[in-house]
Amino acid sequence: MEDSAENAVGMPQLDFSTFPNQIFWLLVAMVALYMILSRVALPQIAAVLADRRGTITADIAAAEEAKQKAVEAEDAYHKALAEARAEAGRIVDQARAEMQAELDKQMAKAEAEIAAQSAESEARIREIRASTMDMVSEIARDTASEVLGVFAVKADAKTVSAAVDAQLKREDAA
Amino acid sequence: MAENGIDIRPMDQFVVKPLFGGDVVNWYTPTNVTLWMALAVLAATALMVYGSRGRAVIPSRAQSVAEMTYSFIYKMVQDVAGRDAVRFFPYIMTVFLFVMMANLLGLIPFAFTTTSHIAVTAVLALTVFISVTALGFILHGTKFLKLFWVDSAPLPLRPVLALIELISYFVRPVSHSIRLAGAMMAGHAVAKVFAGFAAALGAAFFLPILAVTALYALELLVAVIQAYVFTILTCVYLKDALHPAH
Amino acid sequence: MEGDLVQMGAYIGAGLACLGMGGAGIGVGHVAGNYLAGALRNPSAAPGQTAFLFIGIAFAEALGIFSFLVALLLMFAV
Repeated sequence: MEDSAENAVGMPQLDFSTFPNQIFWLLVAMVALYMILSRVALPQIAAVLADRRGTITADIAAAEEAKQKAVEAEDAYHKALAEARAEAGRIVDQARAEMQAELDKQMAKAEAEIAAQSAESEARIREIRASTMDMVSEIARDTASEVLGVFAVKADAKTVSAAVDAQLKREDAA
Repeated sequence: MAENGIDIRPMDQFVVKPLFGGDVVNWYTPTNVTLWMALAVLAATALMVYGSRGRAVIPSRAQSVAEMTYSFIYKMVQDVAGRDAVRFFPYIMTVFLFVMMANLLGLIPFAFTTTSHIAVTAVLALTVFISVTALGFILHGTKFLKLFWVDSAPLPLRPVLALIELISYFVRPVSHSIRLAGAMMAGHAVAKVFAGFAAALGAAFFLPILAVTALYALELLVAVIQAYVFTILTCVYLKDALHPAH
Repeated sequence: MEGDLVQMGAYIGAGLACLGMGGAGIGVGHVAGNYLAGALRNPSAAPGQTAFLFIGIAFAEALGIFSFLVALLLMFAV
């Protein structure tokens, strides 16, 4: 092979004269990179990753807690609602009962008054009627006596009054 | 090779040259190896440090790339090598980032691919091999040798299997390093050959250029996959040292 | 003349070494195809096995790269 000095003679990989150079610089590079990575880069990235994991865990926990709180709030709301509903029902029942009682009382009072008044009115009517009856029978007896007198029929007072009474009773029954 | 008009030198791109002139490459000479390794370190630093400097809980784009890389390698170490391998995570991350950045930077036209050199990958692989072997003996003593003694096999087969296991164990650093260097070298050499065709074909120059474009996309994939493979094999070997039982 | 002969042999050997890459291609295809077949049978287990997919591909591919390396050595280093 007719290569000039500048070009590769055979395989440059097998040119042993460059081996110490390559090995030396390789070791320098590896040690430098190892130092940089193990001292700076890897702890930094590990810290960031741990940070993120912590943040995510905390966020998930917070979300869980918030969810729990929401559930609790919902429960409390439902309970309060049920209580309020029961209370309202109770109040309505009470009001209705009170109103009913008041109504009953008023009704009873009114009925009693009505009954009293009607009883009084009946009594008065009965009185009036009784007095009217007396007057009617007296008038009838007098009228009958007068009529009999006119017709010159002698009739004693007893008979007349019995006949008038009988007639009146028949009228009444009719 | 310079006959019939085609003068393709696919291996020229791998020559190690001093940065500031001169021909002698001493062990301390700043060469293109130095430059591109420094760039790889800088790129890795830029991604991992500068990208995530915001430390934001909601990451920016660069930060999420850095975090994805981190979690990806972390998970791989855990899954492949076991939970107790996490203490070697920084080293594995270093290897991964260095190899990936060197591979990717090598794909820039006129760049020098440090990972295409067997010297580099062999040092990386031997570091893994030697430290893993030492770790196995430190953690398990002679019990580490049970790795080669397959208890579940029938007794007459065991010595044979032990020999095979032993050979495959010692071939590991070879295949580990040559795989990476070979894949990188192959891709770049093929790209160079196709590019040379473009100069030689005249009017049909666009055909090789299309081929190089397609190849470039493939090489991007290969660059990342080879880094991944190098790293995952490191984890596999590490698992053998930590848990030698089959 | 002798050098030409050596170079010819080296180039022929490089060409022959490239045949090994076909084997690597078959191997990688086997690994990937069997992975896909398994993944389609049991998709839920597939994500956990991608690491083994890549390890298998890497092992199969390494041998092809070895033959490529032999070819390169014959071309440039002999």
